[in-house]
Amino acid sequence: MSIASALQSDVAEAPEHSPSVRPGGAPNQVAVRFKVNGREVVAHVEPRVTLLDYLRETLQLTGTKKGCNEGACGTCTVLVDGHRMNGCLMLAVQCEGREVTTIEGVAADGALHIVQAAFIKHDAFQCGYCTPGQILSAIACIREGHAGDADEVREWMSGNICRCSAYPQITAAVLDAAAQLKG
Amino acid sequence: MRNFAYAVAARPEDAFAASDDETMPIAGGTELLNWMRLGIAAPAKLVDIGRLEGLDRIERVDGRLEIGALATLNRIGEDPAVREHAAVLSQAALAAASAQVRNRATIGGNVLQKTRCAYFRAEAPLPWPCNKRAPGTGCAALDGANERLAIFGWTDACVATQPSDPVVALAALDAEVELLGPSGRRVLPVAEFHLTQEDAAAAGRDPARAETRLERGEVILAYRVPIRDGMRSAYVKVRERASYEYALVSAAAALDLDGGRIARASVVLGSVAQKPWHLAEAEARLIGQPPTREAALPILKAALAAARPLSRNGYKVTMAAGAAARAIALAGGEA
Repeated sequence: MSIASALQSDVAEAPEHSPSVRPGGAPNQVAVRFKVNGREVVAHVEPRVTLLDYLRETLQLTGTKKGCNEGACGTCTVLVDGHRMNGCLMLAVQCEGREVTTIEGVAADGALHIVQAAFIKHDAFQCGYCTPGQILSAIACIREGHAGDADEVREWMSGNICRCSAYPQITAAVLDAAAQLKG
Repeated sequence: MRNFAYAVAARPEDAFAASDDETMPIAGGTELLNWMRLGIAAPAKLVDIGRLEGLDRIERVDGRLEIGALATLNRIGEDPAVREHAAVLSQAALAAASAQVRNRATIGGNVLQKTRCAYFRAEAPLPWPCNKRAPGTGCAALDGANERLAIFGWTDACVATQPSDPVVALAALDAEVELLGPSGRRVLPVAEFHLTQEDAAAAGRDPARAETRLERGEVILAYRVPIRDGMRSAYVKVRERASYEYALVSAAAALDLDGGRIARASVVLGSVAQKPWHLAEAEARLIGQPPTREAALPILKAALAAARPLSRNGYKVTMAAGAAARAIALAGGEA
């Protein structure tokens, strides 16, 4: 299947009503409906496909990175119904009815999210590979109320590893963004 | 990952409806997916129990807290009733894994996680012996890299530990676990749910492979945590970095005080055996003592004399006594 036809099939209009899991269009596939960045998706996937692989390989949303693929590094962090989770530790078929937000969905109307802008202002990266996961995690961390001070940010952001070790800058960016979002 | 069939459970019984070795339940999946990647498990079918209604509840019922198996670690950790009546459980839940994993991982699956032994957690086919993965091959950790492994309950067949943080707290709180299986419902004390390798051997089971009293097809439905007014508790986790790491050792303490002295003590160690390790003898000797590090440490050191450290983990004996003394002091209100 070409990328174009895969995209077409996987963002087609969803039927008005559907049971939680239906047989998919091909052997070993199941159909699952959920939202990605506000857009309805009907995925036809083998059950073994993780949310991470589905986002990257089928929807071509490659902003979500694959690092360790075992839930240790946090580069694949996305929001599921507003909660941060590792995309590599859940199956696409488990997303039925959920709303998934990836890094491609956080900027609104062409303007960077406050957390994205804060990461640029504080130079909170070097190679940038962990940055999408850091930003999704930071958005959730602030919303959860876990960005009160530097110690709290370090504890609640510890699931996102930065091998360039930009941790002081990341902590500063999260605190700055939290103050802006509060004020 | 080998492919598999997938179905969504409509009721808890669907988890064992197939009643074969090829079907496994999945909820959060944070541990199971990694087992499947490594070849630790290769189910032909997964039954998703993660969406069952009402199984994620955390509520006060009569004199206890009821925590459904699908409650996530973050919800348990931040729940006001858990914080008030079972502080040690809140602390242990929030000391586990990362914020992302805790949003997904459930308290049902958490206690069923497997050892972090590096010989066990490798991709199949294993280049070394491991009785847990390949029965009869031996235990590479027994004389190998066993720094993080057991000091209690092990046999030559296997020296693995159970790495869960919450289970240590649940055991210290005298919690019970409610199970549902093909023969119905039953309730076990959490402290008796896991088996050490010695326990398994004594029961005539494979000491390397039998890890719990869970029977074929059984699933965890809920935990019952008794509430005692005035009980104070704390969790101490010692690890190689300050956050997001498995424990070297951990300790949970739950105390009742009377006039500044310990009237009842529950002290449990984590990551020292394949089950939460009650220091029963120390619990009795702590009664009448003030809840301080100085008073507790000699009693704990004496209790740890029964430990059987491996070739490279003797440090755990000292560390466990210190962690337990700190947990007692914290539970008693010492800063």
